[in-house]
Amino acid sequence: MFSDERMKKLREYVASLEHPEEALVDLMHEAQEAYGYLSDEAAEKVAEIANVPVIKVDELATFYSLIFRRPVGRKVIFVCDSISCWVMGMENLFEHLKDRLGIDIGGTTSDGAFTLLPICCIGACHVAPAMMVGEKLYGNLTPEKIDEILEKERA
Amino acid sequence: MQLLLTKNFHLGHPASLKEYEASGGYSGLRAALKMTPDDVIKTVTDSGLRGRGGAGFPTGKKWSLTDRKSPGPRYFLVNADEMEPGTFKDRFLIENDPHQVIEGLLISGYATEAEKGYIFIRYEYSGAARALERAVNEAKSAGFIGKDILGSGFSMEISVHRSAGRYECGEETALMNALEGRRANPRSKPPYPASKGFRMRPTTINNAETVANIPHIMSLGASGWKALAAYEGGAGTKLYGVSGRVKNPGLFELPTGTPLKEIIEIHGGGMRDGYSFKACLPGGASTPIIAPDKMDVRMDFDTVSRIGSRMGTGCVTVFDDTCCIVRAMINNLLFFTRESCGWCTPCRDGLPFVHNILQRIEAGVADMDELGVLEENCETIYPNSFCAFAPGAVDPVRSMLRLFREEVEKHIKTKRCPIA
Repeated sequence: MFSDERMKKLREYVASLEHPEEALVDLMHEAQEAYGYLSDEAAEKVAEIANVPVIKVDELATFYSLIFRRPVGRKVIFVCDSISCWVMGMENLFEHLKDRLGIDIGGTTSDGAFTLLPICCIGACHVAPAMMVGEKLYGNLTPEKIDEILEKERA
Repeated sequence: MQLLLTKNFHLGHPASLKEYEASGGYSGLRAALKMTPDDVIKTVTDSGLRGRGGAGFPTGKKWSLTDRKSPGPRYFLVNADEMEPGTFKDRFLIENDPHQVIEGLLISGYATEAEKGYIFIRYEYSGAARALERAVNEAKSAGFIGKDILGSGFSMEISVHRSAGRYECGEETALMNALEGRRANPRSKPPYPASKGFRMRPTTINNAETVANIPHIMSLGASGWKALAAYEGGAGTKLYGVSGRVKNPGLFELPTGTPLKEIIEIHGGGMRDGYSFKACLPGGASTPIIAPDKMDVRMDFDTVSRIGSRMGTGCVTVFDDTCCIVRAMINNLLFFTRESCGWCTPCRDGLPFVHNILQRIEAGVADMDELGVLEENCETIYPNSFCAFAPGAVDPVRSMLRLFREEVEKHIKTKRCPIA
């Protein structure tokens, strides 16, 4: 939920812009932070702040891969599945992650801790195979290292 | 060799304004502001700098096309939406030395008479985005950004835009749509961004690495900078990357035109023990494969084009002998089918079709006729799509059919993958 204070700040930000629509991506990120994902309620709030129809927000939200219109876990694990990580054995690591978490791609663990998603090249090819947990980057992954990371990130 | 772009990388953190200035930072801007915009454009043209995003368009030429006659506002956009698989140069550049991109943007804005600059960065680069935002604030406080910069009469504001995923945002007109709060589909050209771009105003757009070179061109002069290349006719230095099963994967600033072999074997350290070199993508997932017989090619735009590939971003992905070339292309097409913006049919529907045939070949269930269908589809998609996305998706597949035909056919004839 947006606090009243946050709503006020965001309204001021939008009011300072010549073209309020240009704030939509920022607002969706903000809403996602506050609501956990871009729920219908969050999308309506974004539309209200930017003074655009909610369909406009949905049009954008469904385009961007990092805006989630469905609930996700507390942390999203983004596994790079592009070419350099593929060369370095990403496919096996993906299987290992699915196995450890007991979920398939796109799934969320039953405790709500993690959602598992593929992501296109995260520019960490020098430490491939790589993944991100939330904003944190992990490279030179091995099955053992992944187990440690999961334990640490779950806490 | 004299390091320019990477000279502050040893710090191990984003160079502060103080550190950046101590290494000569903002002297390029000071020099540029004493020149006329036309002279700055001429200097950049004479330097031979070409776009580092992958297409290699001459930067000075691009700037000279910007409509500076119509009344403003004009815009200058920096593309830091680095999402070309295998590429990590802009991440390094911004995480280590954010002011360099800002100084480059200010000079670029001065030359093209832009009053507002945007740095468009992908959301995943959160550390880089924060470093940029801090650097913008530092530069503002120091009088490098804002009104009447250094008493020159030139004013420019800079904003950092954090995106939310999708490769297509890196296409220049799609990026403009994204910045305007629309879906990042490409626009038809004309009108060209130089006259009607962001907000339908004259707009110039360059890659982050391109812009980062500008301060050095101003400081060293066009000929001084140009002479840093590895051969006569080349220009400046270039960030080259190596990834895959090599001993020393990483990013290296080298003279433009350094041979591919040297980049992989000397700087990348050569193949790891137990692995041998099979082929490489020279500059991202959209660049055609280079086979071992062409390894002495100089890594610059024209030379790599002459051997049927493209230098692209200059970040090399190495395939070793355990990589099945068909599976590598399946992985590539997985990326492109997922990232297609859906705007045009050849890309939206054609790429999944290509992906599917590749999977059938790999699984050993395709027949020789399907190889023809694959080829025909690539040739149809290539010239008929709306932007450069789909040609970039099928170009490596076409190169596979040229260079690794035997391996592809072996999948079909033996009904199994010969590697795995």
